[in-house]
Amino acid sequence: MGSVDPVTGIVVEDGHELEGKCLSGKVLVFPQGKGSTVGSYVMYQLKKNNVAPAAIINRSAEPIVVVGAIISDIPMVDSTDLNPIEIIKNGDIVRVDGTKGVVTIL
Amino acid sequence: MYLTREEEAILEGEQGPTLQKAMEILSALGDIYGADGLVPIKSAQIAGVSYKTIGDAGFEWISDLKGTVVVPSMLNPAGMDLTRWQEMGIDEEFASKQIQIIEAYRRLGVRCGCTCTPYHIDKTLAKFGDHLAWSESSAVSYANSVIGARTNREGGPSALSAALIGKTPNYGYHLDENRVPTVTVKIDSKLEGADYGALGHLVGSMVGSGVPLFKLASRPANTELKALGAAMAASGAVALYHVQDVTPEAGLYQETTDTIIIERAQIDEVFGKGCQDEPDLVALGCPHYSADELEQVAKLLEGKNLDREVWICTSRNIRDANPDLVNKIESTGAKVIVDTCMVVSPATDRFGCVLTDSGKALNYIPGLCGVGSRLATINDCLRGGDNN
Repeated sequence: MGSVDPVTGIVVEDGHELEGKCLSGKVLVFPQGKGSTVGSYVMYQLKKNNVAPAAIINRSAEPIVVVGAIISDIPMVDSTDLNPIEIIKNGDIVRVDGTKGVVTIL
Repeated sequence: MYLTREEEAILEGEQGPTLQKAMEILSALGDIYGADGLVPIKSAQIAGVSYKTIGDAGFEWISDLKGTVVVPSMLNPAGMDLTRWQEMGIDEEFASKQIQIIEAYRRLGVRCGCTCTPYHIDKTLAKFGDHLAWSESSAVSYANSVIGARTNREGGPSALSAALIGKTPNYGYHLDENRVPTVTVKIDSKLEGADYGALGHLVGSMVGSGVPLFKLASRPANTELKALGAAMAASGAVALYHVQDVTPEAGLYQETTDTIIIERAQIDEVFGKGCQDEPDLVALGCPHYSADELEQVAKLLEGKNLDREVWICTSRNIRDANPDLVNKIESTGAKVIVDTCMVVSPATDRFGCVLTDSGKALNYIPGLCGVGSRLATINDCLRGGDNN
């Protein structure tokens, strides 16, 4: 809530390391969600506006992002054996299987 | 998390896409929280109502759902008084969207109590031992602590899903082992009224999501417990507390090993903080006032002719059931506002400094409204601003 513009998919949170970047069609990797449950609805709007991330990878699942991913049909994987934050780099191409819970760096 | 055959079938879509989504949400949350299964609930309280907080995104999702809730379900406060929004300075575009959101919920069978105090308007919604899916932090605290019912702080989508399925994941405060106090809080001075909100404001940030057991020198009324719980849930994440010799489960527990001592001076400090300017709005009723509290306001305002903006927030049910009290209050120039509150309504945004008797509002107003706040006793809040 308040961190991403639901119309453009651009991160607007002041000082955020992804500030100014567009999430549309990207695989978004971050440790954990936070904030108000309204955040789930923002994810839904991103999807409806066709600017949602293609998939989400979290270090650990937290309800707001999980519920957001469910209502928006965005594949999501968490608690992988290896730490995605350390291993995946900006620009890597990854395959995310939300059903099996597997992430592959191509 | 274990699902029964019937629950599995819902998850597979045999009862349609809306219930399938609801079950997906409950099932995923159950897994995250380590629930052993779903537990049937008595009632639901649904967050995500104010257009200010859920926006077009939330509205769209709720509108797309098709079904009916299977347990009594009430809404949290909306962003405005649903009939007197113009007087609050709300613009037509916001009002139109807000009314549509309420309609979308109504189509699902959810009642617009539009209050954070459903327990004041319908006592059958929660009794001792009942499992609930409530989502407003102060109501969750009251239900768990003062009533002795059992609920976690559900999110908007999860409470709605629970209302549609009639069950919620069995974890957290539904379980005995999580209701045990984790810290004792001791105060030697007698407290009254807004002191309890100040206490909650202090203790919330000290205990985080712990379960405090209070040893007090005074005996709080339910409305004072309401203020205490609300403030703790705002500055911290307290969803359950016990007060020795007062709340229904307190007698089950001994003192904990950790103790926090609170001095009167610390309580007084909370009254001193915040905006120091002359307040341009006095806002009471966070959580929503009961009929008794309205009566107290009417007495304090007697004979006054106010020259500044005073809002008294309560639920529509309470206002409609107490027309004489409301008339008495409004004849002084104060406004009795329903369906919303000073925290979630954009109407607050145009002010500079809000005086309140609520420890919860003290905490939220600056962040959510971009406006200053200051705590005062109800007497000090309603003193002054008098043209007479």
